[in-house]
Amino acid sequence: MNAHLQPTGSAYFITSETQEIERHTLSVLVDNEPGILARVVGLFSARGYNIESLTVSETEHGRRLSRITVVVTATPKVLVQIKLQLERLVPVHKVHDLTAEGASLERELALIKVAGSGDHRAETLRLADAFRAQIVDATVESFVFEVTGKPAKIDSFITLMQPLGLVEVVRTGLAAISRGPQSM
Amino acid sequence: MAEKMTGAEMVIQALTDQGVEHIFGYPGGAALPIYDAMFQQDFVQHILVRHEQGATHMAEGYARSTGKPGVVLVTSGPGATNAVTGLTDALMDSIPLVCITAQVPTTLIGSDAFQECDTVGITRSCTKYNYLVKRVEDLPRIMHEAFLIATTGRPGPVVIDIPKDVQFAVGEYYKPDSVTLRHQSYRPQVDGDAAAIEAAVDLMLKAERPIFYTGGGVINAGTEASEHLRELAELTGFPVTSTLMGLGAFPASHPQWMGMLGMHGTYEANLAMHDCDVMINIGARFDDRITGRVDAFSPNSRKIHVDIDPSSINKVVRVDVPIVGDCGRVLAEMVRVWRSKTNQPRTEAIAPWWAEIATWRAVNSLGYKNSDTVIKPQYAIERLYEATRKQGKDVFITTEVGQHQMWAAQHFHFDKPNRWMTSGGLGTMGYGLPAAVGVQVAHPDALVIDIAGEASVQMTMQELSTAVQYRLPIKIFILNNERMGMVRQWQDLLHGSRYAHSYSESLPDFVKLAEAYGGKGIRCENPAELDAAIAEMLDYDGPVLFDVIVEKDENCLPMIPSGKPHNEIILPDTANIGSIIDEKGRALV
Repeated sequence: MNAHLQPTGSAYFITSETQEIERHTLSVLVDNEPGILARVVGLFSARGYNIESLTVSETEHGRRLSRITVVVTATPKVLVQIKLQLERLVPVHKVHDLTAEGASLERELALIKVAGSGDHRAETLRLADAFRAQIVDATVESFVFEVTGKPAKIDSFITLMQPLGLVEVVRTGLAAISRGPQSM
Repeated sequence: MAEKMTGAEMVIQALTDQGVEHIFGYPGGAALPIYDAMFQQDFVQHILVRHEQGATHMAEGYARSTGKPGVVLVTSGPGATNAVTGLTDALMDSIPLVCITAQVPTTLIGSDAFQECDTVGITRSCTKYNYLVKRVEDLPRIMHEAFLIATTGRPGPVVIDIPKDVQFAVGEYYKPDSVTLRHQSYRPQVDGDAAAIEAAVDLMLKAERPIFYTGGGVINAGTEASEHLRELAELTGFPVTSTLMGLGAFPASHPQWMGMLGMHGTYEANLAMHDCDVMINIGARFDDRITGRVDAFSPNSRKIHVDIDPSSINKVVRVDVPIVGDCGRVLAEMVRVWRSKTNQPRTEAIAPWWAEIATWRAVNSLGYKNSDTVIKPQYAIERLYEATRKQGKDVFITTEVGQHQMWAAQHFHFDKPNRWMTSGGLGTMGYGLPAAVGVQVAHPDALVIDIAGEASVQMTMQELSTAVQYRLPIKIFILNNERMGMVRQWQDLLHGSRYAHSYSESLPDFVKLAEAYGGKGIRCENPAELDAAIAEMLDYDGPVLFDVIVEKDENCLPMIPSGKPHNEIILPDTANIGSIIDEKGRALV
C-alpha cells in the first residue's frame, strides 16, 4: 500500500518524494477582499510550497471576484494538497488545475527596454519584428518593446536582447484560461 | 427590524443572539466601549482572566466540554498577541472559538500607535478565518458569520478585530439571514458520498483483521456521533482504538476498547494497527504521533478515512476509500448500510483476530512496578480515577502537556465524550489549569480536575486567581517529580542522560502558593496517605492545589520511539532506554 513511499527515518518528513516534480498552472477564483493575497501567499510559505509565478486581478467587478493564476512546481501528491489547502480557505470559491484538466491557453506580457546604437539598433528592430514585439517607446538611443505570448517566447526574446543592450525587463506573470466553451 | 446602536452594542447584541452566556476576557484601552456596553446588560457574563492566553484556553475548555463555541474578548496589541498561543492550539485541535480583539481607531492603523499590532496579519496563519471590521455596517454580518465559520465544517478559531472608532460608530443592527450570512465560497461538505460509504461497508464485511481508529472528529461531530460509533462497533464486533483527542467517544469500559494508540498507546492498539487488514479511520488525521514511521505504518491494510476536511485525506497516508463528510452523519449511514446487508456481527470471521489481540493484551503494556515508599505517578492517577468514580458527579479532566498527560490518557478512563480536554496538536504546556476553569464555568456542579505537572502548571498558574474570584472549585492534581519529565525522558533516550535544563532547582511551595491565592493546598508524598489526601481534596468546596510528590525518574511507557514502526514499541520492562534509538533516530522529535 505504501510501497511508493521510501523510508525517511523521520517521524516528521514522512513523504520522501520519489515522484517527479511537475509544473502546473492553477486558476483560483476568490472573493476580492482585503488580505486575500496575503492569505494565499501565506499558505504557500507556511506549508513550503513553491510559487513560480503569480498573477492577480479583479475579473468580475459586480461580484467582487478576483482570479489568481499561480504557477507551482511540486510532485503530483503535493499538487493535490495545494489544491485542497487552497479550497479550504474561506474566501476561495474554486481552484482549477489547468494543466491537469487538459487544453489551456497561457499568455504573458512583458515590457523590455533595450539601449544601443548603430548595427545593434537595426538588429534589435529585426528581431522585435520576428517576435511581433510592439515598440511602445523610442528615443534615439533606446526602445521599449511590448511583447506578448507564452512565457517561453518571452524568455527567448529576452535572451536574444541580452547582447544587444538589454537594460531592464518587467513581466506580468501568467494569465491562463481553459480552451472550449466551459467556464471554471 | 433593524435597530440603531453603536458597534460596541452590536457586539453584545450579536453575542446575545448567538446565545453566548459566558465570555473570557481582559479589558484594555481599545476594548473599553465593548466593556462599557457589556456593563449595561446581564445576559452575557464576563470571566475576568489574569492573562489573555488563559482566556483562550478557558474558552477551549468551555467549547470542548459543551460542544458550543468558546468566546474570548481581548484588547489590542499585547492583548491580541497574548491570545496567539491559544488560537494556534484551537486551530490544531479543531476547537470552535470566536475571539474578539479590539484595535486602535482606523485612523491610527499603520501609524505604530500605542498598543497597535497587525492582529489580522499575526493571526492569519493561526485562525480558520479572521476579519478586520472597517465599517460598522459590516459588523452584524461579520459577528454572525464568525460563529458560523467557527462551528461548522472542521471547527476552528475565528478572530474579529474591531477598531475603537467602529465600536463607537452608530449603525443599524440586523440578524443576517442564511443567504447574506455566509461567504458564498464557504460550503463545507457534511454528507459522505453514498458510493464511497457503500464501498467502505463492503470492505468491512470482508475484513478478517479490522480495527476502528477514531479521533477528535467524532467528538466534534456531537454526542450522537459517539452513539453511532458505539452502535457500529457493536454491529460489526470490531475492536476500537482512539487518538489522544478522541478519548471518550467510545466507552473505555467496553470490551471492544483497545486503549489509546500512538507513541504512548497500548501494545495491543499499536500492534493491531500494524497488523490489521482493514483500518477504518473516523475523524483522525494520521498525525505523526500516531503513524510513527510512515513507510512502515500498517503496511498490509486497506484504509478507509472519514474526515470533514478534504485536505486531511491522503495528506500523510494514502487511503483506499476516502469519505469527506461529518463523522456523525457518515457513521449513521454506515450503520444503515451495514444493517441493510447483514444483521450479524463478524464474530466468527474475526475470532482469530480477537485471539491474537488477547495475547497482546496479556502483555499488560500499561503495567508498572509499584512502591510502598514513593508514589508512582501511574498509581496516583489510578487512585484518583477510583476516587472520582465514587463521587457520583460528572467528571471532567484537563491536562497540561508532558508525561503526566500521557499517564492520564493511559490510566484515567472515559466512558463519555467531551469529558477529556487536552492540548494534542500544539502540545501547549499551561493549557490545563485555564481549560479547567473554562470547563467549570460551563459545568458548575461537575468535578473538574486538571491533571498537571509542576513545570507546566507554572506557565498559567495565575489563573488560579480567576478560579478563586469566581468560586470555581477546580482541583489541580500536580504530579510533582521536580523534572520536566518528558524532556528528561528524551534526554535519557537520545542525549546520554545529560539533563540540560530539564529540572527545576527552585520550585514554589505549592501549599503556601495555593493559600496565597485564597485556595487550599495539600501535599502528599506517602503512598499510604494518598487515598485520604485525595478524599480531602475532593471534599473541599473550592479550588485545591494538590501537590503529589512522585517518583522522580519514572519513564512514560510504552513508547514507540521516533522513526520506529509500531511493532518496535518499547515496553515497561525495558531496563535501559538509552540504547534503543540509533544515530539516525536522534534527529527526530
